[in-house]
Amino acid sequence: MSSPGLIRYISKPHPVTGVTNSKLGIWCFLASEVMLFGALFSAYILLRTGAPSWPRGSDLLNVPLATLNTIVLITSSVTMVMAWASLALKDFSKYRRYMGFTILLAFTFLVVKGFEYGHKFEHHHFPSTSNFYAIYFALTGLHGLHVIGGIIVNSYLLFPGSALWKTEPEQFMGRVECAGLYWHFVDLVWIFLFPVLYLL
Amino acid sequence: MEHSETEIKKHVKVYISVFAALAVLTVVTVAVSYLRLPFHQAVIVALSIATLKASLVALFFMHLISEKQIIFSILLLTAIIVAGLFFLPVASV
Amino acid sequence: MSGKNHSHDLPFWRKYIFSVDHKVIGIQYAITGLLFLLFGFSLMMLLRWQLAYPGQPVPFIGHLFNESMMVGGIMLPEFYNQLGAMHGTIMVFLGVVPLAVGGFGNYLVPLQIGAPDMAFPKLNMMSYWVYFLGGVTMIASFFAPGGAAQSGWTSYPPLADIATTGQTMWLIGMIFLITSSLLGSINFIVTIVQLRAEGLSFFRFPFFVWAQFVTSFLLLLAFPPLEAAGVLQLMDRLLHTSFFLPSGLVVSGNVVPVSGGGNPLLWQHLFWFLAHPEVYVLILPAMGIVAEVLACNTRKPIYGYKAMVYSVIFIGFMSFIVWAHHMFLTNMGTKMSAFFQITTMIISIPSVVILTALALSLWGGSIRFNTPMLFAVTFLPMFGIGGLTGLPLGLAAADIHLHDTYYVIGHFHYVVAPGTLFALFAGIYHWFPKVTGRKMWEFLGKLHFWPSLFFINGVFMPMFIMGLAGVSRRLYDPIQYAHAQPVQPLNVFMSICAWGLGLSQIPFVLNFFGSLFFGKKVDANPWEATTLEWSAPSPPPHGNFSIAPQVYRGPYEYSVPGQKHDFWPQAMKEEN
Repeated sequence: MSSPGLIRYISKPHPVTGVTNSKLGIWCFLASEVMLFGALFSAYILLRTGAPSWPRGSDLLNVPLATLNTIVLITSSVTMVMAWASLALKDFSKYRRYMGFTILLAFTFLVVKGFEYGHKFEHHHFPSTSNFYAIYFALTGLHGLHVIGGIIVNSYLLFPGSALWKTEPEQFMGRVECAGLYWHFVDLVWIFLFPVLYLL
Repeated sequence: MEHSETEIKKHVKVYISVFAALAVLTVVTVAVSYLRLPFHQAVIVALSIATLKASLVALFFMHLISEKQIIFSILLLTAIIVAGLFFLPVASV
Repeated sequence: MSGKNHSHDLPFWRKYIFSVDHKVIGIQYAITGLLFLLFGFSLMMLLRWQLAYPGQPVPFIGHLFNESMMVGGIMLPEFYNQLGAMHGTIMVFLGVVPLAVGGFGNYLVPLQIGAPDMAFPKLNMMSYWVYFLGGVTMIASFFAPGGAAQSGWTSYPPLADIATTGQTMWLIGMIFLITSSLLGSINFIVTIVQLRAEGLSFFRFPFFVWAQFVTSFLLLLAFPPLEAAGVLQLMDRLLHTSFFLPSGLVVSGNVVPVSGGGNPLLWQHLFWFLAHPEVYVLILPAMGIVAEVLACNTRKPIYGYKAMVYSVIFIGFMSFIVWAHHMFLTNMGTKMSAFFQITTMIISIPSVVILTALALSLWGGSIRFNTPMLFAVTFLPMFGIGGLTGLPLGLAAADIHLHDTYYVIGHFHYVVAPGTLFALFAGIYHWFPKVTGRKMWEFLGKLHFWPSLFFINGVFMPMFIMGLAGVSRRLYDPIQYAHAQPVQPLNVFMSICAWGLGLSQIPFVLNFFGSLFFGKKVDANPWEATTLEWSAPSPPPHGNFSIAPQVYRGPYEYSVPGQKHDFWPQAMKEEN
């Protein structure tokens, strides 16, 4: 019997649904993100099929750099899930190392992206140049904003937020798991962005 | 989700294997692009590999393979609706 | 809310301004929503002067507007367009949805499911303040150079792409509002699924909870594409992309210097992908409110509860695949037109099931004709008219003649104005005692209801005639075209009714504030209702229930044979 005024299933899963509130909440949020990026992909389909001609991605964009970024992001997904696993094994210092790596790799991704964008701007290729560049900047830009969001959340969980590990370890692990789900989603979007924009 | 030490160590092995698979698939998808296949074939190959990679991330990194039914229901609903968003507009212009 | 901060320990600003209590947040949403409804309605009362007396200076207040809005008291076309676009935007996004979902939903859902609060109280508070920011942005846009957005609430490019600064503020405002909505919908879904009381299975939910549950899925999945579209339009406007600008576009004799290759229809698809589910967001909470008020004031269970639940779920799903019925005139080809006509016809079926079930719920009831009941019962024929007039619009052959005419305006206003708004009024009169601990005065309630009913029909019924006569929407000069001139007297009649409708709200405002201070005090369950919110005190304290409720039966156990009283509360263990 729960005490009145207390919200249940923050750390312990609901007996029927089997999930905690934040697990259900983050998946709902990811569903909305699928719709957000889905709309941009839908825009891409409409614009490309309606265009008299459309450049090949590999002709205009830097495929080797983007391949590197793909590996960077996939690796960061591994380090993120390892961070969560470390908490499950009650190894807090391992968690800190893996979470730190995840953030570092995320920064690497942004730096590489920064080089890509800088190169484009130097050669006077802006969103206004053509619809190919417009949708390229829109998709990668929105994705980049989500990377920044992930860095902010993960940094919070690495530094001030990690104090919760001492008082409510299960709740903290739940938070890391949810942040992980978000971060894997960011990786997922890139897994589709990369071939669609760079290889087709 | 089991949090015992042996269970987690099993999971870690899976994570490493999935990472290797994802790296390999990335190389494959880039290599195939150099073949300069006809557009329709290129799209099918690229999207198939991407879907496979995405499935690996979703099933193993995001633990969907052992997730509860309510999560699946929401994702299934979303998948159907986003499919409508992909196909209906382009069919209607 | 983790039990750490007891509300009586908190300073004023954390208890009433930045509160995480769903009841305070619900009241914040409701008051803000009502104020925006008043403001949005005032914009229309102003606009209707130009429609009734085109080119005539606005009396009394015309001189208060600056040169960019009115010259010599005569409304400028640009200002007319601003009034039109902002009336729609404000009523839908700042008024009705915040009141229906943010207000009623936030306040009642945790109570009706026996929960102490929403699952994510801090997120709830953030949702409100982001909505508030969005509202401020929208209102501030009136003061941008060139005025507020003026390309319709639908913001179609190319016009919206090249419009004045106010359109950029509209887009930024929408991004705030959509974000607020998304955060709120996550909260509702998780709360309803996870924090239900013991014994409260899904088919024991009050219909209001089902309505809010489906509505939350609509908000969660339909809004993001509009957010994406908003970003693309912002890029068109600020970064000179051509997502929505076709090649060779000429404006005022000059070729627009952009790359071109874009498609205005892309905006329309992404916009209506949201905006169609949005209309179900507008109506479902209202249906939920009507169900609660009807059950209580007929002293009977709702007829066909299960059918209503399956119908509302089906409506939710179908609402995602009908949107292009707003686009029949965009040359989509007969196959796609047929597809959207069919889905649109199909979606009318569950709506009729719900309406019929509610109407049949009256049969054999012991009816209390109090103010909430008057508004709730009136919802039925009014929504009926709105729904029936939607049928010719959903069929392309008829829609060719009716699209973008006043017929459309009549149709959707019937659903939202004497439909949803009346249901929301029913809700206010019905739940005011729960929120404040006092009843509203019946006399002023009836003085509010009867003139409102007359005038609201007076405003919107003639629109069907105007539409059938071929009069287009959004016309600054209503007598510019010969075919519109014979029906111009209707415009005068409608405007007078609109102003009469405005005056009819005065009894409501007086009643609302007067009853706050002088209304008759009531206990927990003044209406002798069955759902869980009536077993908490009026008003409920922080945490809602002193003991977490246990639910023993369905939501509408009224007039159960063998019981002493004609209502059997859900959470009452023993006989009643």
